[in-house]
Amino acid sequence: MARAFSIRRQRGFTAIAVACFFALYLPIGVLVFYSFNAGESLASFDGISLRWFAKAFQNQQVIDASIRSLQIASVAAVVATIAATMAALATTRTEPYRGLTLKYAFINQPLMIPEIVTAVALLIFFARIKIWTGYSGLGYLIAAHTAFCIPFAYLPIRARLENMDLTLEKAAADLYATPWNAFRYVTLPLLWPGILAGFMLAFVISLDDVVITEFVKSAGQDTLPTYMLGQIRRSITPEMNAISTLFLLLSIGVVTVFFIVNRKRV
Amino acid sequence: MTDAAGTIEAEQSKDIRKRWLLSLPALLIILLAATGPLLIVLLYSFLAPGPYGDVQWAPSLEGWIGVFLEKDIFDETLSLASAHISIFMRSVGLSLVTTILTLLVGFPTAYFIATRPEKTRELWLFLITIPFWTNLLIRTFAILEVIRNEGLINGLLIKTGLIAKPIQMLFTDGAILTGMVYVYLPLMVLPLYASMEKLDFRLVEAGYDLYATPFRVLRKIIIPLVKPGIIAGSILVFIPALGAYVTPSILGGGKNMMLGNLIELQFGQGRNWPLGSALSITLMLIVMVALLVYVRNAGSQGSRHG
Repeated sequence: MARAFSIRRQRGFTAIAVACFFALYLPIGVLVFYSFNAGESLASFDGISLRWFAKAFQNQQVIDASIRSLQIASVAAVVATIAATMAALATTRTEPYRGLTLKYAFINQPLMIPEIVTAVALLIFFARIKIWTGYSGLGYLIAAHTAFCIPFAYLPIRARLENMDLTLEKAAADLYATPWNAFRYVTLPLLWPGILAGFMLAFVISLDDVVITEFVKSAGQDTLPTYMLGQIRRSITPEMNAISTLFLLLSIGVVTVFFIVNRKRV
Repeated sequence: MTDAAGTIEAEQSKDIRKRWLLSLPALLIILLAATGPLLIVLLYSFLAPGPYGDVQWAPSLEGWIGVFLEKDIFDETLSLASAHISIFMRSVGLSLVTTILTLLVGFPTAYFIATRPEKTRELWLFLITIPFWTNLLIRTFAILEVIRNEGLINGLLIKTGLIAKPIQMLFTDGAILTGMVYVYLPLMVLPLYASMEKLDFRLVEAGYDLYATPFRVLRKIIIPLVKPGIIAGSILVFIPALGAYVTPSILGGGKNMMLGNLIELQFGQGRNWPLGSALSITLMLIVMVALLVYVRNAGSQGSRHG
């Protein structure tokens, strides 16, 4: 019997889509699979073992780089989220005013410029400042990460604010709440899912960054991604697969939480 | 002016002042650690290179001349810098092909997700989102694992006896292309899906009622309606592909460079910061042009429907 005619059906589209999902997950699957390889090479799978995970956990460079990545991502994401929340409050729920478009352009600017260009610009700029001040700590990386995290944190917060009208805040003001109290007890609780989503996006974006970090970092300031980039260029052992698998787990965890938070719409 | 109007106006300007104050931290951070330094790049592109990197504080057009021309070491005559031009062509070419391939694969995929029942749609979308948020380096590494000489494909082919020696797939333009299509595909699917989700299938039905074939419906109804998504997806893939650094440097090796790698080279071994700066500005200009085309198209699209 012929299949029932559906207006939504397009010949071959389902096949391409299924192949696409398969192709998206196959390489990641291979990567994860070989992190459990007992042998040394990818050419053969010599049984399941956790030895490469153990090796990664004993590698001081990996531990240092991971801690540094988490430090930078935490500070950058917190600062970026606070700045983005303030900026979102300042750019939504208002009549257009002079400078508003400029603010949008400014906040989204890090998304428009190719990362490599920003990386080069920061390399030049921070090299000067390093000479002038003599300071060469993690501050540069944190500043750079905060800047490119702001637009990512801003997006979900702004989206959430645009769906909230001012009725409740006005009601609070009518009941003699101070502006701060109205914000603290009315706006903030309603906005919270957006802020959380923005924070998580910023955190993942910072954690994943390779290009800007590679150019801005001083000697001995490898983050996990730049350490991995260096290793991949030299020699590859399944230890890289093990680190990637752990990294992958962390990203998937954050994305899942993000999805769940974002689904709960009031 | 009445008193009431005066009070409202004062109230408004106070509100606007408060709004500027609130957005100040974000604007300052971006100015200091993103936008401001771009101006320094522009300045550096007009200075002379220093002997060990950095610049000398003397105005010079050498950086800009070096973008497309090269000086003969013996008689100082200028000729077209064929190496740079081939890297420009490769970057634009590979980015265009990446955009087309991701569109060809991404369009049916987005359509597939958009036509799933409400309940499972979110799951399919989630499956696209996971690679999107997975570290780009790890995804490039995953492709490397599949195509390198000791990798999955060569390993399988040798084991089955089909080939004796591994096929060199790594460090070719094909490898860069495979990697870029793989890493940028979600960027194409997501905006396509966003516009297909809003597709009014009554129009598709009307097309069939008028005896259109499925292909004609696709070409005359679906594609024109989701055009904003097609343009948005193409821009979202083309721009990062053009400035790609990680993927070509891992999969292309030292010989198959793209613009991003050429820029990096000037700040590393090349020690020609003005040239690197001029190349960065050039890349930015190409991106600006692409964005302008997008804004134009999106604008005219809006006015036609609105």
